[in-house]
Amino acid sequence: MATVKDFRNNVRPNWCPGCGDFSVQASIQRALAGLGKEPHEVAIVSGIGCSGRISGYINTYGFHGVHGRALPAAQGLKLANRHLTVIAAGGDGDGFGIGLNHFMHAVRRNMDITYIVMDNQIYGLTKGQHSPTSAHGFEAKTTPQGNIENAIIPTQVALGAGIGFLAQGFSSDVNQLVQLIEQAIQYRGFALVNVFSPCVTYNKINTYDWFREHVYNLDQVPDYDPTDRAAAMQMVVKTGGLATGLIYRDDSRVPYEDQIPGYPEQALVEEELALSEEIFQNALKQFA
Amino acid sequence: MLEQLSWKVGGQQGEGVESTGETFAIALNRQGYYVYSFRHFSSRIKGGHSNDKVRVSLKQYRAIADYTDVLLAFDQESIDVNAHEVRQGGVVIADSKFNPTAPDHVRLFSIPLTKIAEECGSAIMKNMVSLGASACLLGLPIEIFREVVEERFLRKGQRIVDQNMEAISRGFNHMKELGGADPEFALRPADGTRRLFMMGNEALGLGALAAGARVMPAYPITPASDVMEYLIKQFPKVGGVVVQTEDEIAAINMTIGAAYGGARALTCTAGPGLSLMMEAIGLAGMTETPVVIIDTQRGGPSTGLPTKQEQSDMLAALFGTHGEIPKIVLNPATTEECFTVVGKAFNLAERYQCPVIIMTDLQLSLSKQTTEPLRLEDVVIDRGAVADEADLAAAAGGEFPRYRLTDSGVSKRVFPGTKGGLHHVTGVEHMETGRPNETAGNRKQMMEKRMRKLQGVEIEDSVVRTGDESPDIAIVGIGSNIGAIAEAKEWLQRDGLKVAHVHIHAILPFPKRQLQEALSGAKQVVVVENNATAQLRHLMSFFGVDCPHAQSFLKYNGQAILPVEIYEFCKEMN
Repeated sequence: MATVKDFRNNVRPNWCPGCGDFSVQASIQRALAGLGKEPHEVAIVSGIGCSGRISGYINTYGFHGVHGRALPAAQGLKLANRHLTVIAAGGDGDGFGIGLNHFMHAVRRNMDITYIVMDNQIYGLTKGQHSPTSAHGFEAKTTPQGNIENAIIPTQVALGAGIGFLAQGFSSDVNQLVQLIEQAIQYRGFALVNVFSPCVTYNKINTYDWFREHVYNLDQVPDYDPTDRAAAMQMVVKTGGLATGLIYRDDSRVPYEDQIPGYPEQALVEEELALSEEIFQNALKQFA
Repeated sequence: MLEQLSWKVGGQQGEGVESTGETFAIALNRQGYYVYSFRHFSSRIKGGHSNDKVRVSLKQYRAIADYTDVLLAFDQESIDVNAHEVRQGGVVIADSKFNPTAPDHVRLFSIPLTKIAEECGSAIMKNMVSLGASACLLGLPIEIFREVVEERFLRKGQRIVDQNMEAISRGFNHMKELGGADPEFALRPADGTRRLFMMGNEALGLGALAAGARVMPAYPITPASDVMEYLIKQFPKVGGVVVQTEDEIAAINMTIGAAYGGARALTCTAGPGLSLMMEAIGLAGMTETPVVIIDTQRGGPSTGLPTKQEQSDMLAALFGTHGEIPKIVLNPATTEECFTVVGKAFNLAERYQCPVIIMTDLQLSLSKQTTEPLRLEDVVIDRGAVADEADLAAAAGGEFPRYRLTDSGVSKRVFPGTKGGLHHVTGVEHMETGRPNETAGNRKQMMEKRMRKLQGVEIEDSVVRTGDESPDIAIVGIGSNIGAIAEAKEWLQRDGLKVAHVHIHAILPFPKRQLQEALSGAKQVVVVENNATAQLRHLMSFFGVDCPHAQSFLKYNGQAILPVEIYEFCKEMN
């Protein structure tokens, strides 16, 4: 059986020392090992940005596509091989800026994939512009006098779009994050784990300390019921999107793959491609 | 007696113009005639003039005629808009309901189409009444419509079938009473051979099915949507899936994801969608992921003319993506070729591990036409270089060299899920293992590896030449213009000119050698294309075809090119 070590490769991340993404990388590795996955059974599909590099830093199949389009590529991959564990990953700019459209529709489509967003409220790789999750008033290179736009609250957007599994983690709390990622992977349907993953170089506001002070850990709220969607919405509004832990899950959803008419149990990549003469002749009848 | 017929039905969009044309066309196709139809319609659902023009002949013409023998008009506007093209002595059959008037050069038959239909049970059957009147004029028995009527209406009950046949019969008899059975308009009988009748989009869909395509993410757009609509009905039989995505960017990225996963995946769009897909087409080139993209060209730019004919995406298909990648662009011309081209595109995509764009145009995609038999054995599946056990064993313990440097430039693929095949894929410049590497030396050798794949590659039959040797004039065409050129060629030959028809079926890799050979000895060259800037002619010179005297016949008003237009253009040159 594979161990955490089997999910490590010898590639040194190009992240800054102290970057929150290291914890996310480690958490994914621990979660995969914990779930008994083998490296070849997993594919990580990522977008562009510092965090988008993560698909190259974990010893699984990895696909690093174009900016903002990790989710469409991940969904295509899942359709080709429904038995793969498919994880999409990227940053807040990738997922909620350029790729927000795909996020909403991936939620709606509900394929069995896990989406991990490393949310640092800033554009890091392009050196410090504000991001769609930067707060109003946030000063960055492209908002020198403070951000005059409002932030997207990922957990609110996800619930609003009708997501079936929603969790939020924090890079400082790896134990919780591992658990959340494990549950997200096990969940049959589209799952989002939004992770507060501080940028130590460009975001001097939303630091580790800032998050420690501001997150609201649902693990410490004994009577919180993550199956109650209205309560979940109330929680993410009340906390300004800073609740961490398992926010919502609905186990009654049927994933997309299970609803495709005639879609085989066997992965498409394993299927015989040649068409039978009988099906072909039947198809011709419509045009006779 | 007519050897061939140009027939048209016109009315308000949504009042059964299309179904009237289709019923007529299918019935005649089943009698053994060659039928070619072209729809004039607008980007709206109800209202506005639309018409369906049908060419019926004893030999195959893949073009509509410039004139009309018979016009069925459901409203006065249809007469006003179309009567000018009805030939001297041609016939207009119109509904008495609107007190039709027509110019003097035509014969007008005013028939109470709506009233007769109401007497038969419902006003919607006026189209059936008009078909009966047409049959009388053309000397066709009304029974030729029975099979089509039954296919359409039997599920609603025998009574509905009987009512429709009654409407056809009443229309026939009414026309007869008006003296409409005219031997001049009697259509010479056909041999009864039953052939297929389909549009290019349906042939593409069937071709995709035969080629083993199993994933099709796409976003609805005219004139491409029929392909996804066709496959969504067929795929459950073979276990495939069509995903209607949120946009074309999602469609192409999902296609790439599925192809990376090992499925045969394609998407289908038109110009606006092709523009949106450009970045990801570069990703497919960079990651050497085999995808097939169908572009059904329509009038551009922007929303342009969404329901009209144009061939103006050629430069975009070739040069639209930023950076440099190997890419293949195929240009089918007929429904038969639409069927085989998809399998060919997948084989090329997987053999050379690059994106392949299939370009049709609205006329080819949407014109329903008589189609020669399609055979499954004409579609062969060749998946190119895929790693076997030995390759995986050789890579054991390390990373699989997905981008191994080879003489051909092609490296073996391995699909996610395969034990021992772990590797990284990225749109960032990378090494043999797929790991990012930006060094100058690596960049140079990987760029050369990718570009080497298509170096010197010639796609078979990229150029098809017919006609005379040492011609006075060689007519070069692409896509659906094949029919209009073939016919113009015949007319010019009848006038004593030596003419060659040189049709291009792939523009990347550009068939320079084949084209040069096909044009050798031609005194004059005319390049026929549906755009304003002579894209194909410019490609010829860009890729070094030595043909300084080539002239352009261009049409960019949204309409199909007619044989007579090419004929007259060539006559003026001689």
